[in-house]
Amino acid sequence: MADDMIDDTDRDILNALQGGFPLTERPFADAAQDLGLAEADLIGRIGAMLDGGVASRFGPMFDAERMGGAFCLCAMAVPRERFEAVAGLVDAHPEVAHNYERRHALNMWFVLATGSPERIGAVVADIERETGLAVLAFPKLREFFIGLRIAA
Amino acid sequence: MTHLTLDEADRRIVAATQAGLPLDPRPYERVATAVGIPTSEVVTRLGRMLETGVVRRIGLVPNHYALGLTENAMTVWDVDDRELLRLGAEVGALDFVTHCYERPRRPPLWPYNLFAMVHGTTAEEVAGKIAAIARLVDPHCRGRDVLVSTRILKKTGLRIPT
Repeated sequence: MADDMIDDTDRDILNALQGGFPLTERPFADAAQDLGLAEADLIGRIGAMLDGGVASRFGPMFDAERMGGAFCLCAMAVPRERFEAVAGLVDAHPEVAHNYERRHALNMWFVLATGSPERIGAVVADIERETGLAVLAFPKLREFFIGLRIAA
Repeated sequence: MTHLTLDEADRRIVAATQAGLPLDPRPYERVATAVGIPTSEVVTRLGRMLETGVVRRIGLVPNHYALGLTENAMTVWDVDDRELLRLGAEVGALDFVTHCYERPRRPPLWPYNLFAMVHGTTAEEVAGKIAAIARLVDPHCRGRDVLVSTRILKKTGLRIPT
């Protein structure tokens, strides 16, 4: 658990560096100064948090949609007795980035990630044909601003 | 959604950094060497991508599960369309909401137009957070549901085509 894996300094780093990493010649040195740390200490701690799985990534977070890619949340109502087989068919598509079983009449929720918006419809049609089930697509119509931070 | 055209050098920077920045005192210099352009150009181009939104931010991504945020709930709300802009902004501003979107209704099975993802360390904590959203939207909300995930069927990292 988090309490065993990270100390207060790691927590400060996680809270301070979820965005705004400097675009400077020595960015770790600049960020470390704000945190009251040495450059090498900050680099070492970020590396340890990545290795330990406390942080999953460090670097620029790209917006795939602004680069021409597309995402779409989709859902299906899958009969209980066919659930495992349908999950296999859906998961086999490389465009399925993640897939969750959820407690609802719509019990399978997955996200498609494609290189172009046109591909979304094609993959939805493929999954409907393979499974014989309707796929409801829930494209994002508007994204509401989210604060950057998960409190660590 | 505006699609921004990235040129060849931008795409090489994306390819060189989407797995992460080098943990080196001069990370942009390392990227510049890999891409084959001057360091100052890497910095300028990343700065421009930040301004245009191609780069959302530069920093550290915490792992929700490792931080103990093991409970998640997809909360969905049928909000009066006339109030959606205001209420969506208010829900998105709550510090425990990690994603907040308007999505189309699919009646009759799915009357909901506002999606807000909530994370927490315990089911009770998540329930309290859902109640806080409800206090904001209830005056203009005709229905809601909470979908907890019972199993991860597939989870792969999102790779950006370059």
